[in-house]
Amino acid sequence: MSVSELFEEACTGLKSLFVGLGITGKAFCQPQVTVIYPKQEVDNLSTFRGHVELVGKEDDPSVPRCVACGACVKACPSDCLTILCPVPAKEGQEDAPMAMGPAPQKGSKTPGAVIVDFSLCSLCGQCAKTCPVDSLRFSDNPYMVALDRKEFRIDLMARLKRQAEEE
Amino acid sequence: MQAFDTAQLPRDPSSVRFEPGPTEDKLILSMGPQHPSTHGVLRILLELDGEYIVRAEPVLGYIHRMHEWMAEQKTYFQFMPNMGRVDYLHAMAWNWAYAGAVERLAGIEVPERGEHIRVAVTELNRISSHLLWWGAYLLDLGAFTPIMYAFDDREILLDILQAVTGSRLTYSYFTFGGVYNDVPGDFAPRCLAFTKHLRSRLPMYRDLVTDNVILRGRCEGIGEMDVDLARRYGATGPVIRGSGAPVDTRRAEPYSVYGKFDFRIPAYSQGDAMARYMVRMDELETSCDIIDQAVSELPDGPCSAKAPKTLKPPKGEACYAVEGARGKILVHVRSDGGPKPYRVKLRAPGFSNLSVFCELARGTLLADAVSILGSLDLVIPEIDR
Repeated sequence: MSVSELFEEACTGLKSLFVGLGITGKAFCQPQVTVIYPKQEVDNLSTFRGHVELVGKEDDPSVPRCVACGACVKACPSDCLTILCPVPAKEGQEDAPMAMGPAPQKGSKTPGAVIVDFSLCSLCGQCAKTCPVDSLRFSDNPYMVALDRKEFRIDLMARLKRQAEEE
Repeated sequence: MQAFDTAQLPRDPSSVRFEPGPTEDKLILSMGPQHPSTHGVLRILLELDGEYIVRAEPVLGYIHRMHEWMAEQKTYFQFMPNMGRVDYLHAMAWNWAYAGAVERLAGIEVPERGEHIRVAVTELNRISSHLLWWGAYLLDLGAFTPIMYAFDDREILLDILQAVTGSRLTYSYFTFGGVYNDVPGDFAPRCLAFTKHLRSRLPMYRDLVTDNVILRGRCEGIGEMDVDLARRYGATGPVIRGSGAPVDTRRAEPYSVYGKFDFRIPAYSQGDAMARYMVRMDELETSCDIIDQAVSELPDGPCSAKAPKTLKPPKGEACYAVEGARGKILVHVRSDGGPKPYRVKLRAPGFSNLSVFCELARGTLLADAVSILGSLDLVIPEIDR
């Protein structure tokens, strides 16, 4: 490589360097774009898909609209939903303690327990889409943190009651 | 059926193929499966003579999840979220390919509004994929700043997609007959504002990186691939367009409403890593053009057609091809009339694009292997399904 070529290459390299430095220098003067958690939190969560939660009845928000048909459980690809209903007592065993079984159960139109295992959920929304009475919707909490996987098994009935009391 | 005798197989095929030669001065180097520039769990066995690559062979199987088999175990609706996990960077295109194939099989017509929304969100997703590739590629080559700029712009885009779909990476937004929910009222103005913003940023990208002597030195003349080689290996997307063939599924086999839109298919004839880089940079502008047209002419009406809750397509088979960020995605579905697909076959562009690597890497320096690999834009779960 001749001296003139070396000189030319050095000039081109220096130009590249200064153009790059100029751009990063400009960015240095611009306002910060990141959100410093936990001092700040994001606010665009109106449509965020968190884990599913139950929708309460209009006249009594602590009671879910759910009719315990089990359509959501059937639609879920990840097997993360569990709905339990009281099992009707067999003839002659009316005095036995009430047992709980998976929905649907004959004669039972209200769920006894609705549990979602968020550690399995793929947030596809098939459950909410399939629900015939629009009893499921997405929650909007992006800051779920736990040390134990079991804490992601959420009792939705208890959560609905808590939400109704808070309102 | 005769049982397959596994004892006949070599215990580790790769070790057999990579035996040192008679001179014993070759080095076998395992690049990956945890190497940062392999972008996932890809292992590449390299046979080196000094710093020169004599042979290169990708070894797959570290993230194999049997997507195609899973499709046969789940109902048509249940398998939909899996498609977003195949290529998590362009999840919309994979969802679209599957939804399209099943719609074709079941004879479901998507309303025009649904098609426009599909086009807009898929192109937004393509931009987010290209921006991430841009940042990550330059990170591989030793530049850290660009990925920050890419993420800055990508944030605006992901906010739009979150407002529409509720998620930021694996969207599950497509459904048979259209899309999961309609777009919010400010979708079109936000998209137009974003495309305007991105266009204003592209000259800065060019000044900062594209014209930089270090990038040009690392990419120009590296990994040269002629169009015949690309065709022979079935390379698609920006990889074949970087070799001069303007092949694009959106133009070659127009689907949805792409036929209505006016857009340019960028192609560069040099065939090197820089050409593939330039194709992707130009594609950012192409996607902006398509988004502008799709959201400006967003028709009224329903965003989704009514599909039965339990889908049982009639016996038969259907294919649907879409252009993903990495190339042609094709889904082939066969139905036996039941609620689950009889067979699903996925054609991933990354698999063919990776196959070319063995040819391109031969004779290059080890450092150039990173340039070549990055220019192919690989997403490993898509290759290793």
